[in-house]
Amino acid sequence: MFDFSLLTNWIHQALTSFMPEWLAVTAECVLIGLLLLTVYALLALFYIYYERKVCAAFQCRLGPDRVGPWGLLQSFADMFKMLIKELISLKYVDKFLFALAPYLVILASMLCFAVLPWGNGLQVIDFNIGIFFLIACSSIGVLGILLAGWSSANKFTLIGALRSGAQMVSYEISIGLSVVTMVVFAGSMSVGDIVSAQSDGWFIVKAHIPAIIAFLIYLVAGTAETNRGPFDLPEAESELTAGYHTEYSGIHFGFFYLAEYLNLFIVSGVATLLFFGGWMPLHIPGWEAFNSVMDYIPSVLWFIGKAIAISFIIIWFKWTFPRLRIDQLLSLEWKYLMPISLVNLVLMVLIVVYGIHL
Amino acid sequence: MIAASIQSSTLAVTAALTGIGLVGLALWLAGLISPRSFNAQKGEPYECGIPTRGESMVQFKVGYYLFAILFLMFDVECVFLFPWAVKVRELGGAGLLSIAVFFTILVLGLVYVWRKGALEWK
Repeated sequence: MFDFSLLTNWIHQALTSFMPEWLAVTAECVLIGLLLLTVYALLALFYIYYERKVCAAFQCRLGPDRVGPWGLLQSFADMFKMLIKELISLKYVDKFLFALAPYLVILASMLCFAVLPWGNGLQVIDFNIGIFFLIACSSIGVLGILLAGWSSANKFTLIGALRSGAQMVSYEISIGLSVVTMVVFAGSMSVGDIVSAQSDGWFIVKAHIPAIIAFLIYLVAGTAETNRGPFDLPEAESELTAGYHTEYSGIHFGFFYLAEYLNLFIVSGVATLLFFGGWMPLHIPGWEAFNSVMDYIPSVLWFIGKAIAISFIIIWFKWTFPRLRIDQLLSLEWKYLMPISLVNLVLMVLIVVYGIHL
Repeated sequence: MIAASIQSSTLAVTAALTGIGLVGLALWLAGLISPRSFNAQKGEPYECGIPTRGESMVQFKVGYYLFAILFLMFDVECVFLFPWAVKVRELGGAGLLSIAVFFTILVLGLVYVWRKGALEWK
């Protein structure tokens, strides 16, 4: 497969040939920043379009189809509309915290976004504790949501933010435990290592039954973490107007919207990286010709394709299950998912240490 | 890695600055092209569309606080499991025994909380 580090090394060499080292590094950082910004914005816009189209298909509608061919430019038009809306300054809000909240939400999703393995040699942040860093960064988003709800001086946003906080922190434990389960199998927390350990078979196949259980738990907890689907009670429109972002107007609201869709991508991307081989192509042992054809598909397409396929399942949840109540939501996490994932972790450890095969 | 020549921590700072830059840039752009008008009623909280009654910073249910404390306990557990998870294979049976003690204490904690009724939403 094409290794993107050839390209990046070439860029580095080309830059250092006519400028000092520190300037070259700065230039590369600026380039990477611009690249991140572009991909982040485009992906969020694509996801908004994708979700609307999928929802429409579930409800036997067409979805957006007027702006551009097949409505492809609809999200761009929406973004532009948000930009030209007035940013209303409210009387009773806590001004500083109110302005700070969108920064935290976007910051959290951007940091997680940069950890994902995009392709062969195409990964921005590659810490040796990569997956741990990702979980840590995703927690910052909760702070942003709590601040948004608290500073708005509005009862509904406060309730929405508290519900969201309780939900996100609770389900973070299940996410953490299923990630630990896979780290036990992979023997490394580095995102690059986890992906390369799956070159001879994705973990969902290779890591026996605990991996499948971990994936299912991760999928449910991930849906809850993004405040989506049956777990969208922080923004239950029939009771709380729009939840924690009721008071935000214009592009301020747009940031929450953007981050929500990006979090959907990040959750699917992490599921891809942990269970479905990251950017590794689909290989079936014994089918040599099939495998070599699969190798021709670029690694970036593999990663994004798998992430979009998993997002489809999460969107599917939304139109299949009715919304949970807060007590059902919390008992699902604390009485079912967490004990199951603890037992699952023990199973995985037994498999790894004693070589028991299930 | 996208650039072998750059430290990952530098790239993490780059990503963080990109996030902040995205918000700053969009707010600046919106400030340039969005209309501005003043009306005393615009500053009122939207809430559900009708004028707000009473204080907005209300007391909330103590149950949320309880779950936050439980989260703290079990998330710290999760954090302690990570370094051990990397070394499971090398530590083998002995490592398993020592983590089992840690694990048992936490499961006992969960059982206690459950029996005490702290997981019920009342």
